[in-house]
Amino acid sequence: IAYLLTHPSSICAFLKMACQGLAKGETTNTLKAESESLKAKLEEERAKLHDVELHQVAEKIDALGQFVMKTRRTLKGHGNKVLCMDWCRDKRRIVSSSQDGKVIVWDAYTTNKEHAVTMPCTWVMACAYAPSGCAVACGGLDNKCSVYPLSLDKNENLAAKKKSVAMHTNYLSSCSFTNSDMQILTSSGDGTCALWDVESGQLLQSFHGHSADVLSLDLAPSETGNTFVSGGCDKKANVWDMRSGQNVQSFETHESDINNVKYYPSGDAFATGSDDATCRLYDLRADREVAIYSKDSIIFGASSVDFSLSGRLLFAGYNDYTINVWDVLKGTRVAILFGHENRVSTVRVSPDGTAFCSGSWDNTLRIWA
Amino acid sequence: MSNNNASSSSVAVAQKAVKQLRLEAKIRRINVSQAATDLKNFCLQNAHKDPLLVGVPSSDNPFRPPKSCGLL
Repeated sequence: IAYLLTHPSSICAFLKMACQGLAKGETTNTLKAESESLKAKLEEERAKLHDVELHQVAEKIDALGQFVMKTRRTLKGHGNKVLCMDWCRDKRRIVSSSQDGKVIVWDAYTTNKEHAVTMPCTWVMACAYAPSGCAVACGGLDNKCSVYPLSLDKNENLAAKKKSVAMHTNYLSSCSFTNSDMQILTSSGDGTCALWDVESGQLLQSFHGHSADVLSLDLAPSETGNTFVSGGCDKKANVWDMRSGQNVQSFETHESDINNVKYYPSGDAFATGSDDATCRLYDLRADREVAIYSKDSIIFGASSVDFSLSGRLLFAGYNDYTINVWDVLKGTRVAILFGHENRVSTVRVSPDGTAFCSGSWDNTLRIWA
Repeated sequence: MSNNNASSSSVAVAQKAVKQLRLEAKIRRINVSQAATDLKNFCLQNAHKDPLLVGVPSSDNPFRPPKSCGLL
């Protein structure tokens, strides 16, 4: 300011810039400086409220007893790596997708295959069951998300009724129906997430903010409103407002790709699984990471996570073929489950919480209870 | 002129980043102690309804016992 006051010509130049709009006066350097100072301020504000650790609050709770969880069903039929699975709301049907392009619908009680579709692409990385149980959505290297209505006639060719809904410019990594069969949320290797109308295929909202592939998304439990969380190769987990497309909160504490994100059942927090071999819990109201689930002996990436119904247990599938079960509050591991003969790629608890299903690169799915 | 375009687009990117950070800095936060207590209470209140946590009798769990036509 002193310089400006002693050099009238600069005042003119300055005022000219000011009149042309404040934007012109900001250079990349001043903006970068403001960026850095805002980041520091964010960390400072978050740190001020960091008065205790989650496990300290949980000290007085009884420790969990021994867990006996075994494989109760093995679903065999995929010819290649299982990449994704989802439960139907009827708590017994499951849809799974594989590297070889096959999407299979199973009855998990009997292990019978009820439907099978062959996709026109390999690496079907995403699949989801519609809330009605009448359709499934899937996609992968075709960069699309397609919906297949499930026919009661087992002989009907499902591929004939296929509807292309989403179009990305890179692979589809994850998809999820919202509360109805009418809308689908997708995430992609193109760095974006998007909300689509199933009937028309119209793009309703797009979500920009990740700076690399988005690998996973999860919708907030319906009671908590219209938000979802996404995680990706930029090591960030972002929370989004579905209506405005706005990124409302962002968390960057992982040291590598975030492979999977899942909301805590109350909607106030979410867990992540990452290639840095840790799972973490982030609380949305405290706006920070509140727990890390890790051990020196765990050195392979966590590919998938899900909570038990009460949120007390976190099931995590790893690239070392195991599933670790964590006590979410105390931060300790309560069980290791062996059985798969290759990477565990997906883990999902059933809608009524009686079992969970894991899918693996060993071509099988297992139901544990 | 082309120099101008390149610098104005990087300014635009930087402006976006600053705008986003300002938004994030403004949100209201609560203490970890309060957030953690709420997480703990939710777990404890719902524990009895969590089959994988408390276990259910085999007769109530559709996945146990294993299906009858076994290895034979």
